[in-house]
Amino acid sequence: MIEPTQPVSQAPSAAFDRQAAAARRTLISLKGVNKHYGDFHALKNIDLEVAEGEVVAILGPSGSGKSTLIRCINHLEAYSAGDIYVDGTRVQPGPELIEVRKGVGMVFQSFNLFPNMTVLENVTLGPIRVRGRSPGAAQARAKELLEKVGIAEQMYKYPSALSGGQQQRVGIARALANEPRVLLFDEPTSALDPEMVGEVLDVIKTLAGTGVTMLLVTHEMGFARHVADRVIFMEAGQIVEEGAPEQIFSAPQEDRTRAFFQSVLAH
Amino acid sequence: MDLVQTFFKWEVLVRTFPMLVQGLGMTIALGFLSILLGLIGGLGLALLRLYGPKPLRFLTIAYIDVFRSLPVLVWLVIVYYALPFVGITLSPFAAACTALTMISSAYAAEIYRAGIEAVPRGQFEAAQSIGLSQYRVMCDVVLPQAIRLIIPPLTSNCINVMKDTALASVVAMPDLLKQATQAQALAANPTPLIGAALLYLVVLLPLVRLVGLLEKRFAQGRA
Ligand SMILES: Nc1ncnc2c1ncn2[C@@H]1O[C@H](COP(=O)(O)OP(=O)(O)OP(=O)(O)O)[C@@H](O)[C@H]1O
Ligand SMILES: [Mg+2]
Repeated sequence: MIEPTQPVSQAPSAAFDRQAAAARRTLISLKGVNKHYGDFHALKNIDLEVAEGEVVAILGPSGSGKSTLIRCINHLEAYSAGDIYVDGTRVQPGPELIEVRKGVGMVFQSFNLFPNMTVLENVTLGPIRVRGRSPGAAQARAKELLEKVGIAEQMYKYPSALSGGQQQRVGIARALANEPRVLLFDEPTSALDPEMVGEVLDVIKTLAGTGVTMLLVTHEMGFARHVADRVIFMEAGQIVEEGAPEQIFSAPQEDRTRAFFQSVLAH
Repeated sequence: MDLVQTFFKWEVLVRTFPMLVQGLGMTIALGFLSILLGLIGGLGLALLRLYGPKPLRFLTIAYIDVFRSLPVLVWLVIVYYALPFVGITLSPFAAACTALTMISSAYAAEIYRAGIEAVPRGQFEAAQSIGLSQYRVMCDVVLPQAIRLIIPPLTSNCINVMKDTALASVVAMPDLLKQATQAQALAANPTPLIGAALLYLVVLLPLVRLVGLLEKRFAQGRA
């Protein structure tokens, strides 16, 4: 069981001790994970451990398996071989999967807000249905979260009435509502107009300092560099290189990593 | 004037009207029950077809295809006149209701399926990612969106069921059409038939209009 935490209501990012986080126990572990789509080998022997409170950015070219990797962690994709554990629970179909998902929030590239519900209902659905909160308690908590992401005035609106940036901030509030220990982000700003990227990145940056464990697939190199504790570079279904952001960005060891940064910088 | 005297004789209409109203009551009861059961059965069939275990899925597909191919009248006659040979005897109302429900649920199932399949994958995924059970994913997230999309075709299907209730007169159920033909025989005048047609229109025309309105509103996107 994953104990609820209060991810947003803690110390600001500067005060968070990254070194201590790295020394903490492992929260997510992948061992020899393989994933096939038919004949296509999308993940090849992935080994990865993420410590509690760690912020991990995942980079790599399109089709390298970044989304597949994080979607296996909450079992939106079934993996074909290997083991994934979240806080000691194996991620697999069955009753424990609900327990895993309670503790793992996900933010999607295309927001995926529920269009048939108001912003407030989007955020309270999980706490009421999954955590068994009373509607009153869930709403009070949801209002706090919506305030944190700067969107409280919009809470009685439907998602279609919000801008992309606002929708994604609701998406983040919804992912936080179950009080997860882990947040998975799959290119949270890729579907946004450029002028809205900043507001969403700001929210994510604030979260990165609160002790919640984060896996973040992103093409925002500067953001990854400044916010992540560790950067993973993937290509063709494999982890090619990983390390501290300074090391990966300034002195990549692998040719493929260097080639990727060059192609990104060229744009 | 002659035409009116023949087809719309006021005294005849007044005299036979109670019979027609009784028949209308039967028609509405049969239609309403068959529609309700068809909507419930159709949802069950659609979910089985989409998410049931493999063998059951194939059985469901077979059921849906067979009952969308069979003429309603043929199936109704079989249920009423053939089943007694294997020891199942149903009243005219029960036979008609069974036949209509079995067929309308097959049509409804395909409409539900189209609706569920039209809900984007991301909606299922977002619902799963917050830890909702399969049942909750369906009830809270998918079905409310799917049903919004399919209200126009579903209403159309209900109209068809309501119209098909007239076939029940073939198995001697005293529905509106049956009552009208009997009244016509008694009065030796076709006015009751015209009266019945008008009553069908009173019930069904508003529904047809409603479908038109719904389709227009839904085409404009959600409020
Ligand atoms: N449902 C699927 N069926 C078949 N192949 C798939 C499916 N989903 C992904 N793939 C393939 O798996 C590979 C990895 O996909 P994935 O979405 O994980 O890449 P990604 O690194 O997230 O790419 P992007 O940056 O474009 O989002 C791709 O080659 C993709 O075509
Ligand atoms: Mg991706």
